[in-house]
Amino acid sequence: MKEHGKPGQGIGARVLRKEDSRHLHGRGQYVSDMMLPGQREVAFLRSPVAHGYIRSIRKPPGSEGRVFVREDLVEAKDIVAASTLPTYKLSAQPPLAHGKVRFVGEPIVMCVAKTRAEAEDLTEQVALDIEELPVLVDSDTARFEKSVRVHEDWDDNLFLSLSVDNGFDALSKKATVVVKREVELSRQAMVPMEGKAVVAYWDERADQLIMYYSTQTPHIVRTGIAQFLGLDEGQVRIIAPDVGGGFGYKVIVHPEELAVAWLAMKYRKPFRWIEDRREHLVSGANARQHRYRLTAYADDKGRLLALDAEITIDGGAYSNWPFTIGLEPGQATGNLPGPYDFQGYRCKTYCVATNKPGFMPYRGVARTGVCFAMELLMDALARAVGRDPYLVRMENLVRPEQMPYDNVVKKHYDSGNYPAALALAREKFDAEKWLERQRKGEPDGRKIGIGFASYCEQSAHGTSVFATWGLPLVPGYDQSAVKLTPDGGLEVRVGVHSHGQGMETTFAQLAHEILGIDVQKIKITHGDTGTTPYSTGTYASRSIVMAGGATLKACEELIPRIIKIGAFLLGCKEDAARFDKNLGVVGPDGTAVALKEICSVWYLRPDRAPLDVDRRGLEVSVSYKPERDTGAFSYASHAVAVAVDTGTGQVEILDYVIAEDCGTLVNPMVVEGQTLGGVAQGIGTAMYEEIQYDANGQPNASTLADYLLPGPTEIPNMRIFHMETPSPYTMYGIKGMGEGGAIAPPAVIFNAVNDALKATGVEVSKTPLTPHRLLEEIERARQHAVPKREAA
Amino acid sequence: MKAAAFEYLKPQDVPAAIKALAGSSGEGKALGGGQSLGPMLNLRLARPKLLVDVSRLDAMRAIEDKGAFWRIGGAVTHSQIEDAKLIDCTVMSEVARNIAYRTIRNRGTIGGSLAHADPAADWPLALPALAATIVIAGPAGERRVAAAEFTKGAFATVLAEDELVVAVEVPKLSASARWGYWKFCRKTGEFPESSAAMLLDPGRKLARLWVGALDGAPRSLDGLAADLAQRGALAASETAVSAALDLAVPNQDPVNRRMHVTAVRRAVQKGFQ
Repeated sequence: MKEHGKPGQGIGARVLRKEDSRHLHGRGQYVSDMMLPGQREVAFLRSPVAHGYIRSIRKPPGSEGRVFVREDLVEAKDIVAASTLPTYKLSAQPPLAHGKVRFVGEPIVMCVAKTRAEAEDLTEQVALDIEELPVLVDSDTARFEKSVRVHEDWDDNLFLSLSVDNGFDALSKKATVVVKREVELSRQAMVPMEGKAVVAYWDERADQLIMYYSTQTPHIVRTGIAQFLGLDEGQVRIIAPDVGGGFGYKVIVHPEELAVAWLAMKYRKPFRWIEDRREHLVSGANARQHRYRLTAYADDKGRLLALDAEITIDGGAYSNWPFTIGLEPGQATGNLPGPYDFQGYRCKTYCVATNKPGFMPYRGVARTGVCFAMELLMDALARAVGRDPYLVRMENLVRPEQMPYDNVVKKHYDSGNYPAALALAREKFDAEKWLERQRKGEPDGRKIGIGFASYCEQSAHGTSVFATWGLPLVPGYDQSAVKLTPDGGLEVRVGVHSHGQGMETTFAQLAHEILGIDVQKIKITHGDTGTTPYSTGTYASRSIVMAGGATLKACEELIPRIIKIGAFLLGCKEDAARFDKNLGVVGPDGTAVALKEICSVWYLRPDRAPLDVDRRGLEVSVSYKPERDTGAFSYASHAVAVAVDTGTGQVEILDYVIAEDCGTLVNPMVVEGQTLGGVAQGIGTAMYEEIQYDANGQPNASTLADYLLPGPTEIPNMRIFHMETPSPYTMYGIKGMGEGGAIAPPAVIFNAVNDALKATGVEVSKTPLTPHRLLEEIERARQHAVPKREAA
Repeated sequence: MKAAAFEYLKPQDVPAAIKALAGSSGEGKALGGGQSLGPMLNLRLARPKLLVDVSRLDAMRAIEDKGAFWRIGGAVTHSQIEDAKLIDCTVMSEVARNIAYRTIRNRGTIGGSLAHADPAADWPLALPALAATIVIAGPAGERRVAAAEFTKGAFATVLAEDELVVAVEVPKLSASARWGYWKFCRKTGEFPESSAAMLLDPGRKLARLWVGALDGAPRSLDGLAADLAQRGALAASETAVSAALDLAVPNQDPVNRRMHVTAVRRAVQKGFQ
């Protein structure tokens, strides 16, 4: 693959990641690396049942000050996430379960000891008496169940419902082809390499609760912890050191974190809790579970006229703070139309409470689900009208001349050429080659199939978009504080957090683009509420546009101040001098004074500075959000070829091509890395990751032996091709792209498998596509006994 | 997910290990490479009071050529077998090479794997098919058990609490032997969904066909094995394999049955390649 990129160190250059050295040498610093004198370890006793009344909790004798229940945490409030969405119901999540348990793994008792093993010993000595209640496992059942309720002060089990109807009746009537499908995604955990982790202590000198906290969003976590403990915000400092992956799991204030914060506030000693893998899989099974009932109304060519959808989201037991459970149904309803141009849309979305961990926003948020639903429907529609799914997609994609395009739910697609990305994917993928191989047949009898999937990804959505989702906390302007140092380096402080996104490098590239300083001399500080300006943090593919835009603006704002000093040193007028990022300040005769010297004058030799020097100096904090904050839409088409073994149900990915456009690329290598990682997670959703629940709400996976993740040998070599359509609304036309990779893989892989098996009548539509699930469909088709759709 | 407290003992020799196990009132457990026992300890699913580490006992770490067979010590790791390329028994290396990952093979031992008896593990399937013998040491001395008789069920063997797998004796194959081993794992390093092993060794009048990854211990398909010896690969038609499986493992769900049929047929196919 020819490398895409520009020379130098600025925007578009393939600069090696500055942060990689410490990670590759094992010198990263994670919460688990923190050891404070007198530190105590925390373990939680968790609910063994999915639903029940807590009748009694008996602490072991002599365990005072080491074993805690909800009543002990007097100062801590329940976590309640309000929302302005109509029909939304409040759920109060206590830091430790109180009165009732609502899912297996809900923390009930907190135990403290010198070592984690001893803390776990303590949990075993607590006697629990829980009176079991009927369990709500399936969202369709829970939606209509009124006598058994997850939250008894509600009158049903609906967190909320949403409804949209734009031009559906008129357009659906014109259809000559109607296609119905039901598709479903299973429940997943996010499985970052590092789970949740906190070390908390009270700093007497600063009079602050200090928390080393594995989070993507230190500033909003600070707001949450202060609020739920009744502290002033100034009494809380959150430091997110290296964080081993977030994916949305770490934008939330979790009950365990609040409970540990309370310990530190109360006892003023250091306490540490590190989530282990079992806790994560059981208590963190919180993502992806959607069910779609779809009807497409189209013409004979497969041109979609109207779409009718019912979406059910298995919301689990609690709404999270601050993103709320409203985010998922909001995004599902709004993003289902995808990159397509049609004008009739009716959608009813139900977010249902069940006895499972509360739903949280996982990379891609609802878009992995809606892409899966929409792209399977596109292929089904193509089969119904007897056309190539590629051509039916082409028929329906928003065309470049329609940009900017307001879709059927008034989402504003800012820029791009969606059909060109699909065409590029098909060309690079060499579909003809695969179709030929499919016709010829494989020597080993496996079936070849090809698939396509297209999506667009709303990135960097700002204030106006989040406000419509009803959140208690809406992102506004992001700030960046930049400061030139006496030796001509630059410090950049941002309130976002980089945990794999490579922002210590890409933000340095942005600053280099303006000021020309070597990226090695640009230091990015992030993730500490004590040292960085406010930002709501890193999520929703926003940081490079928002905090990155603020960094660009801030660097630009230094230039007149630099020129002022430079012109004086050159002995020329300010308006006769200009800033050149390679040379420094250049006078009319071409002589130049380097930026380093200008910095030295301001800090060390102010006697050489002009009397009317800009007294604000060589540091500035600037805020930014795009002029129009409805989002910069990245988009991509994926193409895949698979071989399906009908004897085992195994699917092998033979080729994987991505044609993507995320606007102006800041660092193509970082974009490729983000895409590869995202696709790896998407392959997990498509083929491996799943937590099933039995009728008692017991999860069937609690270790990585049961919960399979794709490993290096399951991830194919992906071939990534870039397009660059700058966004008209952002600095330098940059778009966010952190989530995209994880959106399309389930859709594209299922489409390819269905293509491979089309002669057999098998059509799969439930993630993950395990060998067992696929063989079940194949056996069913073989016996012609039952309809081919999978039972709900 | 930290283990409950236990005592750890590193005995000097096999008798000392057995004495410690015998004296532990059933609360002791032998530790080999710890690749299965380690996680079980951390999950507190196994809670021995005493761990007797046999992984460094010299008497259990040798691979010896005994003429007609190879004697492989119980504490020999999968990696050592993988790298040994045993003369007239290279199939042992092939089986070892596909156990989990190399990092696991570097620690996991053949004796530990047999004693743990995961029904989907490789050695409890391959060794019966190879007509191997398991050498067991206990307070009363050594006894020998055919590998085919060793595993009794899922995670159940003929071992008493104070016995150790000190060695495995694997007969060498004759030149005319056909060996086929096939397993299907959802991903590299996982236990298989289905697995099968075939040995046809006319020189030693052996015909064996075993299927693994069942709910219980691996099972032999003797009738089908005899047919294969007589009629060759043609005997492994889908119908014949299905019928043999239904006889050996009745009432399987159709999907599992399909996977096992595939495994058996592909093991046979490999053997006749």
